[in-house]
Amino acid sequence: MTWKRKHLLDIHSLSKEEILTVLDTAKGFKQVGRRSIKKVPALRGKTVVNLFVEPSTRTRISFELAAQRLAADIVNFTAEASSFKKGETLKDTAKILEALSADIVIIRHSSAGAPHFLSRVVDASLVNAGDGAHAHPTQALLDLFTMREKVGDIAGKKVTILGDILFSRVARSNIWGLLKLGAEVTLCGPPTLVPKSLESMGCNVTYNIKEAISDADFINLLRIQHERQRHSMFPSLGEYSKLFGLNKERLAWARPDAVIMHPGPVNRGVEIDSEIADSDRSVILDQVTNGLAVRMAVLFLVSGGEPTKETLVKS
Amino acid sequence: MTVEVTKNEEVFLDAAQTGAMIQTMANSVIEQHPNPKKLAVIGIQQKGVLVADAIKVKLERQWPAIELVSGVLDIGMYRDDLSANPTPTLQPTLIPEHLEELDLVLVDDVLQSGRTIRAALDALRDFGRPRRIQLAVLFDRGQRRLPIQPDYVGRRVDLRDEQFIVVKSLEEVGELEVYLTLK
Repeated sequence: MTWKRKHLLDIHSLSKEEILTVLDTAKGFKQVGRRSIKKVPALRGKTVVNLFVEPSTRTRISFELAAQRLAADIVNFTAEASSFKKGETLKDTAKILEALSADIVIIRHSSAGAPHFLSRVVDASLVNAGDGAHAHPTQALLDLFTMREKVGDIAGKKVTILGDILFSRVARSNIWGLLKLGAEVTLCGPPTLVPKSLESMGCNVTYNIKEAISDADFINLLRIQHERQRHSMFPSLGEYSKLFGLNKERLAWARPDAVIMHPGPVNRGVEIDSEIADSDRSVILDQVTNGLAVRMAVLFLVSGGEPTKETLVKS
Repeated sequence: MTVEVTKNEEVFLDAAQTGAMIQTMANSVIEQHPNPKKLAVIGIQQKGVLVADAIKVKLERQWPAIELVSGVLDIGMYRDDLSANPTPTLQPTLIPEHLEELDLVLVDDVLQSGRTIRAALDALRDFGRPRRIQLAVLFDRGQRRLPIQPDYVGRRVDLRDEQFIVVKSLEEVGELEVYLTLK
């Protein structure tokens, strides 16, 4: 199918066909990464801005490299060094970037909906690199890409997401993407972080880790975001590790071909033991490589997209 | 036959006529390339790949002992109209190694403006420096916008702007048919 969207704001609003278009396009870009000349001129002359109002390293450098490999110019704009500290509003910042003729703005923000808001006030394409606890579409797409690389079609496959789910945009975007592609999703973790209400999205919720992982094709471990306010959610990292951490003993409950995934950064010894993270069961580094290909595909696709009616309405 | 003929579509060349045309092109390639080991046939995605495969079959019949080097090339990332058009769907690219030792015959179905070939040349440059690149097209419909000319042409055609050439593969018999369709 032909991609028409000018923005990538979330996974929820994409159709199954659109998700597959991104994944198929990313295959082509993964090939580019294996050449001796890893750069193509697809976005030559375009300006891409990394507007990272919330700190991030790996997503930012992944987007940065993706833009460079498409021959675009990229500017990094981070919260620490920016005018936000001086009181400029998000809209004004975006307008400034537009005045510098940015064609694509990649935004990470601690407030859910920030990318959607900006998509209505600027002419540039917007790519959501994580907004609050809402969405992280490129992470979900790279996870789906990695799964398809392992098993082909993921319809009917069983995926268990384990860990901090309530406040996780990675989990939310993954759940939408997996369900749209027909996978069966099970969520597991401490009840405070995995509310039963998530069943209404169409997944299974269990607090029994053995049940959660025993027939899974993929086990996606989410990072315990201990830098955020989690003290009230569970007593200690040690206790979490004891109850839900993936160790050798628990991995023995899983199928021998179950694939271990983690979006990173990994807290070794908390949600996953070092031995498992480094084993050939884990595809953590493939996820990083695939993230670059998927982000190239996203930048490539949105750069040719058309504004939708919604985004043409200026506020 | 698996080919479906849609409305506004008429057979332009049947399988026998197309086959004869491809044979003539293959003969010219053979004439110009006495050493088949240094030759590689590269089809441009997607219809050029069909034509390249058909040429390859004829060449391999001539050189049964040789495993002909071949490849496929998608030019989507190298188009110069990306911001004006919806982004194209990307198809696989597979280019042989050691290009510097090879004479490439780049194959497409129809040559018109020359822009696709310009993009293909840019793309190939990112893989290496072939010894020589030649161009083979099944149809040349003129109206060039760039200084690019084919080395092997199946047929030169003069068509109205709204007429399009569609190459289809008869999968069971491995032959090609050509249709004319209206936009």
